[in-house]
Amino acid sequence: MLELRNVSYQAAGENGPVGILRDINLCIEDKRFLVITGPNGGGKTTLAKIIMGIYQPTQGQILWNGTDITGLSISERAKLGIAYGFQQPPRFKGLKVRDLLSIAAGQPLSHDAACAYLTRVGLCARDYLERDVDTSLSGGEVKRVEIATVLARQSALMIFDEPEAGIDLWSFARLTETFRDLHDEKKSTILIISHQERIIRLADEILLVSGGQLAARGPVEEIYPKIMQQTVTGCNLLEVDKKC
Amino acid sequence: MLNDIQKHILQAVADMAQIPDGAVNIRTDGQKAFRQNSEHIAITSKQDKDGIDIRIAPGTKDESVHIPVVLTQSGFHDMVYNDFFVGEGADVTIVAGCGIHNCGDCDSEHDGIHTFYVGKNAKVRYIEKHYGEGEGRGKRVLNPQTVLYLEEGAQVTLETSQIRGVDDTKRYTRAELNGADAEITVQEKLLTHGAQNAVSEMDIILNGKNTKTQVISRSVAQEDSTQVFYPRVQGNNACFGHVQCDSIIMGDAKVRSIPEIACNHVDASLIHEAAIGKIAGEQILKLMTLGLSHEEAEQKILDGFLR
Repeated sequence: MLELRNVSYQAAGENGPVGILRDINLCIEDKRFLVITGPNGGGKTTLAKIIMGIYQPTQGQILWNGTDITGLSISERAKLGIAYGFQQPPRFKGLKVRDLLSIAAGQPLSHDAACAYLTRVGLCARDYLERDVDTSLSGGEVKRVEIATVLARQSALMIFDEPEAGIDLWSFARLTETFRDLHDEKKSTILIISHQERIIRLADEILLVSGGQLAARGPVEEIYPKIMQQTVTGCNLLEVDKKC
Repeated sequence: MLNDIQKHILQAVADMAQIPDGAVNIRTDGQKAFRQNSEHIAITSKQDKDGIDIRIAPGTKDESVHIPVVLTQSGFHDMVYNDFFVGEGADVTIVAGCGIHNCGDCDSEHDGIHTFYVGKNAKVRYIEKHYGEGEGRGKRVLNPQTVLYLEEGAQVTLETSQIRGVDDTKRYTRAELNGADAEITVQEKLLTHGAQNAVSEMDIILNGKNTKTQVISRSVAQEDSTQVFYPRVQGNNACFGHVQCDSIIMGDAKVRSIPEIACNHVDASLIHEAAIGKIAGEQILKLMTLGLSHEEAEQKILDGFLR
C-alpha cells in the first residue's frame, strides 16, 4: 500500500518559495489502477516524482507497504518495487534499447524476453533492440521504449507519466491494451497520469489534482462525467477552498 | 617467449589471448618478438629504419593483420615506421595497438608512424587500441601518426581508442582521398583521467570526386585531465564530409574542440558539430529509477558513450 501523509512541496520562485503541492493525503491500496488527471501545472508530475524520490517533499511522509521511504533515494525506492516512466524520457548516446531493458530487468535479457516487453508497447524487437536510444529515434519511439523499461522492472507500483504523449493512434491503441492486461493480471498497482478518456476508462479510480491539491477522488463512473460536464464552462471540481 | 605482463597487455590492446590466424608481428621493447606471414600478406623488416612493411596482395580476402606493440622497460623510447601496401580489391582487418607497462620512474614512450597506401576498391578496417598501466612515476607516452592515401573507390574505417592509463598523447591523423568515390570513416574514442593530456589533430583532405568522410569523435575527460581536438576537413572536389565531436567533461577537466571545415569547391558539402558538456542529470535520474546507484548510472553512461 502507498500512503502519503501531509505531503507538501515548495520550489524556489522569483519572489520566494512557491507551493507546488499542498498537504496531500492519499492512500492507494495494492493492485488498484488509478488515473491522475487535472489541469496543466496542477502538480501531477511533481506528485509522481515525489513518490519516485526524484523530488524530496518539503513536508510530510511517504509510506510504502508500511515503511517510511521519505528519506530513501531513487534507487532504493526502485529496489523496493517502485517504477516511474518519464513524461519526457532522456536519450542516451551509446546505450541501446537492449541495454536499457537489461538494466531495467536487472540482468541481461534474452532476445525473446526483450521482444516480449517491446511487443507490449508496439515495437518490433528485430527493428529496435540494437538501436541506440538517441536522437535517431522519434519522440514516440523513445516514449514507447521508456514504457517498456518500466514493464521490464516488474515492479509492484508502476507510475506512468502521460504515456500517451507523442504516441500515434495505432500505438496508443496497443498501449491501452497493455494497461488493461496489466490490470487484469493484478500483479501491480498502476498509477497513470493521463488526460485520455481511453486510459481513464480503464482505471478503478480518478484522482483529480489541481492547484497542488487533491481536488477530488472517486470511481471513474462518478468523477469522469462531472469533469466532462463542467470542463466547457469551467470545472467546479477544480475549485479548492472556493478558489480555482 | 612472452612474459605474463606482455601477454596481459597483448590481450588489452589486441584482444590476443593466443597467436591469431593471419599475418602477425609482435614487437616488444623495440625488438621483433614474433612474426608470421599469411598466404597473401607478407611482413618484412625495413632496412633503412626501424619498422616493417606490410604488403597485402590484390584481392586478398578473409585474412587479417595483427601488429601489436608492447613496452615494459621503464624509460624506453621506441620509434617505429610501419607501412601498409593494400592491393587493389583487397578486404582486410588490421589490428594494431600499443600497451605500455611502466613500473619505473622514467618516462616510456612509443611513437608509431603508420602509413597506408590503399589501392583501388580496397577495403580496410583498422583497429588501434592504446593502453597504459604500471605503478611507477614514469609517464606512459604514446604519439601515434596515421597517414593514409586512398585510391579510387577505396574504403577505410579507422577505429582508434585510448581508454585509461596513457599520460600523454599527441595523435595525428592525415587522410588524402585522391581517387574518386573513396570513403573514410574515423571513429575516435578517448578517455583521460588524473593529470593526463591528450591532443588529437586530424586532416582529412577530400581531393577525389564524390569522396566522403565521417568523423565521429567521442571523449570523456575526468579529474584534472585536458583534451584538445582539431579535426579538419578540406573539400577540394564534389564531396561530402561530416564531423561530429562529443565530449563529456567531469571534475576539473578541460576540453577544447576546434573543428574546421574548408570548402574549396562549389559542390563540396561539409558539416561539423561539436558539443562538450557534463552528463545530463536526467540520464542519471532515469537509470536510478531502474535501480542503479548514482555511481553505477554514471559508469553505464560512460561505458555506452565510449563503446
